[in-house]
Amino acid sequence: MAPKNDMDEAGIGELVEKAKEAGPLQVKWLKNPFETQMWRSIFRHKVDDQPRNRSLAVLSNVFLHLHPAKVNRDSVRYTFTWGMGGITFYLFLILTFTGVALMYYYHPDKANAFRDILYIKNDVPFGNFLRNLHRWAAHSMIITVWLHQMRVFMTGSYKAPREFNWNVGVILLLVTMMLSFTGYLLPDDQLGFWAVTVGTNMARATPLIGHEGPFGPEIGATAFNDVRFAMLGGSIVDANALLRSYIHHCVGLPLVGGVFMIVHFWRIRKDGSISGPAPVMLASEVKNAKGRR
Amino acid sequence: MDWKQLWEICSAPDNVPIVLLLFLTPFYLWYGFREAIKNDRLITQLEADPALAKTHHRRHQPYHPAWDKTVHVWPYLLRIELLAALVVTAFLCIWAIYLDAPLEEPANPTLTMNPAKAPWYFLGLQEMLVYFDPWIAGVILPNIIVVGLMAIPYMDTSPLGNGYYTWKQRKFALGGFLFGYLVLWLALAIVGTFIRGPGWMWFWPGQTWDAHRVVHEVNIHLHELFGITDVWEIAIFGGIATLGFTAVLGGAVDFALRKWKPELFRKMNVIQYAHLVGFLIMMIRLPVKMVLKLGFDIKYVWVTPWFNV
Repeated sequence: MAPKNDMDEAGIGELVEKAKEAGPLQVKWLKNPFETQMWRSIFRHKVDDQPRNRSLAVLSNVFLHLHPAKVNRDSVRYTFTWGMGGITFYLFLILTFTGVALMYYYHPDKANAFRDILYIKNDVPFGNFLRNLHRWAAHSMIITVWLHQMRVFMTGSYKAPREFNWNVGVILLLVTMMLSFTGYLLPDDQLGFWAVTVGTNMARATPLIGHEGPFGPEIGATAFNDVRFAMLGGSIVDANALLRSYIHHCVGLPLVGGVFMIVHFWRIRKDGSISGPAPVMLASEVKNAKGRR
Repeated sequence: MDWKQLWEICSAPDNVPIVLLLFLTPFYLWYGFREAIKNDRLITQLEADPALAKTHHRRHQPYHPAWDKTVHVWPYLLRIELLAALVVTAFLCIWAIYLDAPLEEPANPTLTMNPAKAPWYFLGLQEMLVYFDPWIAGVILPNIIVVGLMAIPYMDTSPLGNGYYTWKQRKFALGGFLFGYLVLWLALAIVGTFIRGPGWMWFWPGQTWDAHRVVHEVNIHLHELFGITDVWEIAIFGGIATLGFTAVLGGAVDFALRKWKPELFRKMNVIQYAHLVGFLIMMIRLPVKMVLKLGFDIKYVWVTPWFNV
């Protein structure tokens, strides 16, 4: 058999000899990989423990650069932040990953949806674990959003200059709950079906644009043209509602939520990082002015 | 005492999160108020001693002039974030291994679930349906909640308590928010989850959920107490009762604010103040209506051919 390449020709022994000759260089790479060209091409700063390198570790990394290089020493205390905003975002990431994985096994139509859940539960490797993880992360996210809001209120963090970011946060709270609610229908089981039926039945009663709402029938709203019809794509929770729920859940709401999250995080930085713990202010130091300060 | 029934409600997979919240909310409430008390003590101390107020670092956290005021994010914040991520991941994995997400039978429009409940985080709204017509409970109130939350920073413009826990300086703001969140939202969701059984009937914890229980539901409308029968008279009577009550309540709120929060009234402009009174009226109306319904069986105050209040 003819030799296929250099290695065959040269033989292993010869390569070992070569490596031994180049020894010092190779060993240096192994001992200190941070000095190699490859490392430096990825992380463009040195790694020895200098303040400059600590800052660059955050600032030159696209995933970490949401953070400033330095923060108030007390603002990292758990007693102040409760960590709920960060955990909410982390849960959103978990939900995105597990959700995309579940999408590979799910068809949003009446013939397949319920069967696909059984398939995920019983046949897909780790499918049941994946679904459970997605479900409990979703519930947890509601809890952490509520606790985050409670913390932000209790620390008065909605006050100037963070009024706008509080508003963005309220929208994110709604998006979170709507994400969870649209996901509820997707297994197409009794639980989701009746929860969504009960939930969307309230829309019937919308004033003017609901067919059971005040002055709805008077201006011609029926079960087939009102706001509930627009939500469900029909007069009952059926195939169209399932598809709409799926698209809201997997595309629409994550996109809207993502955009508002970008604004939310960006504004935290622009409004001067997190609000505290700020030095306490005394009532005697407040300037008396009517209306806008 | 039907312990099995209680266990069935609490251990229903989709109710586990609200059971968790039952423990987390008091814990974090205590956790926040513990900080507030420390700050309040500091505030009292500084108010009594103006000389100290000029030099004090004004935080209850430990302080030394030689310490750096800031710390590097790498590693002091990032290590906390990593730890939090690990704890959350481990917690979720254990939860997902030991408890399966619920899956009922395939959706069947001809077989109504009893009780048919929304997920726990919307049960506050579903419970409000008992006290209000759907157009109020399902449409108007949620919108008012959202708009009210968004309006908070533009009504509460006091610079006190910005960025630190305090009770002393924000009794009204904090008390109002916690009343809204804990009583009007969470407590209603808890009632909806644990108390409301088949037919959305009231079952005390430990009472068996009997789907065949018959309750003689009495719904009195306010005008019936006055013996009014003509449809137009009913509508006019209800309108006067509702709007009159709103006006009286508004007047009372206005009076109370001026009496007990004069500085609030002085600082706010007319738009801010009108909105504050409006939101407070809406907040107080809910428990008032609950008392009317649960205590006196009064369902509607204002009955018209088009809507009921």
